Amino acid sequence: MLSFGMHIMEGFLPLPWAVAWFVLMLPFLYLSIRKTRQLVAQNPRAMLLLAFAGAFTFVLSALKLPSVTGSCSHPTGVALGAILFGPAVMVLIGLIVLLFQALLLAHGGLTTLGANVMSMAIVGPLVTYGVYALLKKTRLPHWAAVLIGAALGSLATYCVTALQLALAYPGGPDGFYGALIKFTGIFAVTQVPIAIIEGILTVLVVDLLYAYNRQEVESLRDMSIGGEQA
Amino acid sequence: MKRNLILIAIMLCLVVYALYSNQGAEFGGADGQAEGVIEEINPGYEPWFNPIWEPPSGEIESLLFALQAALGTGFICYYLGYSIGRSKGRAQA
Repeated sequence: MLSFGMHIMEGFLPLPWAVAWFVLMLPFLYLSIRKTRQLVAQNPRAMLLLAFAGAFTFVLSALKLPSVTGSCSHPTGVALGAILFGPAVMVLIGLIVLLFQALLLAHGGLTTLGANVMSMAIVGPLVTYGVYALLKKTRLPHWAAVLIGAALGSLATYCVTALQLALAYPGGPDGFYGALIKFTGIFAVTQVPIAIIEGILTVLVVDLLYAYNRQEVESLRDMSIGGEQA
Repeated sequence: MKRNLILIAIMLCLVVYALYSNQGAEFGGADGQAEGVIEEINPGYEPWFNPIWEPPSGEIESLLFALQAALGTGFICYYLGYSIGRSKGRAQA
């Protein structure tokens, strides 16, 4: 087995689960495509910043880092885009990155694409954005809201992965909860230090964007998130 | 700025500590371990679908990963450089 990755491996979700996660992903994907189109139509300059968020996801998901558990995992990189644009656009960007890795790197897979999009491109960005939006209302400095939001989103992604595997493989001596604890131990615990690294990297990049391009970032965010409520 | 330097130092410490505290560990992927657990729970499980294409060797795989990172970083730096230049241009105007 060549691939040392962290998404659910090709062929490792039984067919009914593979189909269920794929179907569950579709409405989110539809909303994401609509939202992205709308954003680019309103402001063609958003394209560059969207590509920037995509590039960040690309880079971070190639960084396989060692963790205290003695195994490796990688950051998801979806937090930046979720913070800049809200969670909706990240479904599409995450899907593109996961497809690239499934087709060219045998990392993740086509049959597990729905499940992996659900964890990395839907739940992760939602948690990141929710935590970030909540903390922004407190007295915490902006960078701390970014860091905690990104780290918790990254962690949430791998908790969902563990849950998906435990749902698919509830057998074993200790039943569903036994399996859940085992998979959580593998994925989520390994991810803790890596989630912190993801939080830090996201802060560094958000900082640079704010230093040189604050106006555009903020106006695009208002447009993107304002549109969501309407 | 100082805060970011501290954050970068924390990041490096996390990586170095992971390597230092697990000398002799394999540092395999978390998904490889999950395969082990699946086999333990379901002995004899065979993946029902195989990747359409796999990189023929670890070298080719690292080539693709390096390309992925290089392309992404290239665009990130292009965009940041563009933003910095534009904001300086504005400041001079």
